[in-house]
Amino acid sequence: MTKQILNPDTWVDSYSDYLFNYAVTRVNDSEIAKDLVQETFFAGLKSAKNFKGEAAERTWLISILKRKVIDHYRKINSKKAKSVIRITKNNNSDTDSNFLEEQVADPTSLLENSKMENEELGIAIQECIAKLPKKHAMAFTLKTINGLSTEEVCKELEINPSNLWVIIHRARTALMECLNNNWFKI
Amino acid sequence: MKTCKDVEILCTKAQYNEATLLEKIQLKLHMLICKTCKTFVKKNTKLTSLCSQAKIKTLPMEEKEKMKRTLRSKS
Repeated sequence: MTKQILNPDTWVDSYSDYLFNYAVTRVNDSEIAKDLVQETFFAGLKSAKNFKGEAAERTWLISILKRKVIDHYRKINSKKAKSVIRITKNNNSDTDSNFLEEQVADPTSLLENSKMENEELGIAIQECIAKLPKKHAMAFTLKTINGLSTEEVCKELEINPSNLWVIIHRARTALMECLNNNWFKI
Repeated sequence: MKTCKDVEILCTKAQYNEATLLEKIQLKLHMLICKTCKTFVKKNTKLTSLCSQAKIKTLPMEEKEKMKRTLRSKS
């Protein structure tokens, strides 16, 4: 296996969105997630000499971020005097009962499943985007995910519109292929 | 007559609602006669719905620039 080397200059461009998504699905707050990503990059820089080159850069950064997320929850938990067990009563239930058994999640509900599936789908899409050439990936993210107008994207990447459409088209074709292999048949 | 490659790009444009009326008509006409492009359009539409379904969030550009600057000052 080839030894991996660290390239801190490209971290923000290559991994910040991926790390941010990872964090935001876990802490449910984009401000906190942003701070966690920033801290992850700092910690990465600080301990760059401990990087043995066994894992890919991204895997290594994710493992740092994981610790940061755990630390975050530890911190907010220690602020509480004691842990409180919260039982939310089902307000809209038509049955008047105090049995907890009747308030457990509905096992046949598809909501939770689809939420988890969407998270996994997001990760799958991002992994596929990461495999694209840098310019293609940028054009696709700016246009599709950030929803910028064609004009703005063209200005950002310094290309003309017909060029942009060709790039986006190539990116989409590659993404379809990639998702086809990694996610499911589309 | 448009080639399949042109039509595929038109289809991508249509995914972002940025195709003109003429382009949309050209796309529809081509889809009638070309099965390959019809499949392509179907896949492309699916990709659009998957992307919106996944609700991927990204950091805004200025935040990234800020991060880059602080990183550089630390290294």
